[in-house]
Amino acid sequence: MRLEIKGLTKKFGSFTANDGIDLVIEPGEIHCLLGENGAGKSTLMNMLYGLLTPTSGEILLDGKPVSFGGPGDALAAGIGMVHQHFMLVPVFTVAENVMLGHEQTYGGGVLNRRAARKQVRELSDRYGLKVDPDAYVEDIPVGVQQRVEILKALASHAQVLILDEPTAVLTPQEIDELMGIMRELKAQGTSIIFITHKLREVKAIGDKISVIRRGKVVGTAEPSASEAELAEMMVGRSVSLVVSKDHAEVGAPVLKAEGITVIDPRGHVVVKDVSFEARGGEILGIAGVQGNGQTELIKSLLGLIKPDAGRIELAGRDISKHGPRQSLEEGIGYVPEDRSHDGYVGSFSVRENLVLDLYRSDEFSRGPALRLDAISANAKARIEEFDIRTENAETPVAALSGGNQQKVVVAREFSRPLKVLIASQPTRGVDVGSIEFIHKRIVAERDRGTAVIIVSTELEEIYALADRIAVMYDGRIVATVPPDIPRADLGLLMAGATPGGSTDGSEVAS
Amino acid sequence: MTAMSPAPEAITPDPEEGPAKGRDLRSWLPTVRDTLVAILLALAVGAFLIAISDDEVIEALDNLFSYPGSFFIYAGDVVRHSAGAVWDAYSALVRGAVGSGSALQRTLERSAPLICAGLGVTIAFRAGLFNIGATGQMLVGALAAGYVGFTYDLPPGIHLLAAIGAGVLASAVWGGIVGVLKAQTGAHEVITTIMLNQIGRFTVLYFLAKESFQREGSDNLLSPPVADSATYPTIAGLHIGIPLALVAALGVWWLLERSKLGFEMRAVGANPEASRTAGMSIAKVYIATMAIAGLLSGLAITMTLLGLQQSVTDQVVGSVGFDAITVALLGRATPLGTVLAGLLFGALSAGGLGMQTSAGVPPELIQVVQALIVLFVAAPALIRGLGRIKRRKKPAAPAVAEPKGATA
Repeated sequence: MRLEIKGLTKKFGSFTANDGIDLVIEPGEIHCLLGENGAGKSTLMNMLYGLLTPTSGEILLDGKPVSFGGPGDALAAGIGMVHQHFMLVPVFTVAENVMLGHEQTYGGGVLNRRAARKQVRELSDRYGLKVDPDAYVEDIPVGVQQRVEILKALASHAQVLILDEPTAVLTPQEIDELMGIMRELKAQGTSIIFITHKLREVKAIGDKISVIRRGKVVGTAEPSASEAELAEMMVGRSVSLVVSKDHAEVGAPVLKAEGITVIDPRGHVVVKDVSFEARGGEILGIAGVQGNGQTELIKSLLGLIKPDAGRIELAGRDISKHGPRQSLEEGIGYVPEDRSHDGYVGSFSVRENLVLDLYRSDEFSRGPALRLDAISANAKARIEEFDIRTENAETPVAALSGGNQQKVVVAREFSRPLKVLIASQPTRGVDVGSIEFIHKRIVAERDRGTAVIIVSTELEEIYALADRIAVMYDGRIVATVPPDIPRADLGLLMAGATPGGSTDGSEVAS
Repeated sequence: MTAMSPAPEAITPDPEEGPAKGRDLRSWLPTVRDTLVAILLALAVGAFLIAISDDEVIEALDNLFSYPGSFFIYAGDVVRHSAGAVWDAYSALVRGAVGSGSALQRTLERSAPLICAGLGVTIAFRAGLFNIGATGQMLVGALAAGYVGFTYDLPPGIHLLAAIGAGVLASAVWGGIVGVLKAQTGAHEVITTIMLNQIGRFTVLYFLAKESFQREGSDNLLSPPVADSATYPTIAGLHIGIPLALVAALGVWWLLERSKLGFEMRAVGANPEASRTAGMSIAKVYIATMAIAGLLSGLAITMTLLGLQQSVTDQVVGSVGFDAITVALLGRATPLGTVLAGLLFGALSAGGLGMQTSAGVPPELIQVVQALIVLFVAAPALIRGLGRIKRRKKPAAPAVAEPKGATA
């Protein structure tokens, strides 16, 4: 099926999210849509999938104009979408999830599970998607859950498949498998719109690349274009993809974790006997696929979670019993992994968010009162220093773009003397230009002698920053390796493969 | 009123990066325009009710249906009499509210406790807490303030301060209990405040049955009147509760906008997770907020008890405890808005009295109008809310599977 978009425009009030977008997706083509966060990719896809109604412009399928009142219409017309966050019912089986929404029944409304199972088997055979129809979704890995999402789309006869940042949650191996699946789909005539901001993947799989910036298609490129060219198109100026950093001047251990164990409320041991040291002047990268205990580990370092066992030492003092307030005051800087969850208060102004954990200091308060002049002066200085793009200091942070929201969080955490900086996914959903800036500041913090811990699921980020890499898998640090480890080996470690004798235990991969 | 923040949907480019996840209680609040429209609509419906319950209008309608041939004559009568009835009633309402010195005095006397109790709801609202408990807080406050007021014999100024202090303290403790329960056990404040309203009522009844609280020679559950030395002094016929309410509003504004505690309250109200990560103690904020909310309710009841009514009964609070919630919502949970809404409700209540005496309209009509204001204020928000749910339902139909890994 040939999908054509003509002059598609979407306005939210005075803001134009998509401005006269023209695109053609040929049958059996993998069309990559590249763009920074906030560039308008999601808006465009939501219009294609019937979630948003275009302000003007046309969507044509095989030359015929169509309009969608909702995702149901889009699905019926043959457009399927796999969202970044999966839309699956965890307690249902694969087959049940696939039939959800178009259940076949016997008379009297009794579900025909056999037909659903059969459909799942047929589709998985046809496209080489290995999935057990009877497995419960909550028991299967993320990569397989994603295949279930793809199956769902195929089961409703999607001929155009939209994949929204599908690789964000996958291990490098799973990404390879996904690309295999995409090639198979393509070979059978399905068109794929592949949304991403990872240049490497675009080059690996794309047939055609369209770059979106500020709601407009700013250009198309061939997969043979260099990464630097693509990045420049995306950002609108040339960017350096490699952080320049000197050799680390490694100092004494600042933060020591010994035998940290965290049991979550459901009784699962999510962090298992983790020990490590973060040393001054060094960036320790904690690599791992999302959901392998990194979140809980760093939360316990700040005191947001009380570890069930283990000891945390900061500059020789036991801080295991500290709450977040004491930890922050002791000199831990903390950039949480999901800024909108606990990094900022969306309805608060930029000015207020810049002192969210500093307002109680002598600098910003006197007795019970806030020092508004000092808070405003601070806002002015930080906005300038970190190039936070905001109308003014009173703008609510929720109204900023993702990159600028992150800059607010980073600016705040960097605006006091730190002993340790813990940053989780410091550049998630951040545009390439801001990534460059945030990376530079992290390296500068290291050079000042701060012990830096970076948690990231992105290999690029780990390689760009880390002086030493600890790999987490299934709640453990399975290996600590130098930053020159080959990509493939690191990927294997992240996937839980036992490294060749570099750890002492053999029980590693459970 | 604080400047309204621009509608975030309008300026947020990427829905994925969207603002406010709807946790902020304030997203319920009506806009200024909605509020004004609601007041006008409520008065319009009130006018309709006045018209159709007017004897002359009923008679004219009767004629209209009996003699359809003379339709235009009788229709004219209906319109004329309706207009007359509505004009009579609403002009009496305005006169009763602001038409004379004594009318104005009544309006202000009724507004003061509404404003104070409304501020108690407002401040809790800003910290993300829905305080339904003004009634209970006021009841125990009345008990304490009344006891000090009629039992002890102290010099005038000191006696008043002691009575106010006792009332305010008791109410603050009553409110604080809610904060402690929420902080320690996670008990929802809506449930606990409602329960404490009941407990407060029966506590008052229990004490009123005791000899030390019972008025001599009375069979009713009625306390002795508070001593003159413990009543609010008046200036030009107005007791000083009114300026006190404005001072309280100013204090609440300062607390919310200028103090560390207020910063914490607003942060916890808007995003508790981010507040915790920023090192704030959510437990402390909940307890402090509810204690201050109780304190304000306590101040409100002293204005009734030590200003006007003079003795404690289980009815001493009247409907102020619940009207306070309405006042706070109508005032968009800002101190200035609460003052304005409190004045409006005070005026409606005082004017209702005038309407009854000079136009013969039952005072219940004012309660209907007040209820309609609330209904219409809620309705646009409700309609907007429904629209939002409808839009969201489609993408979010099945539950989202958590990314998994370590739990395997």
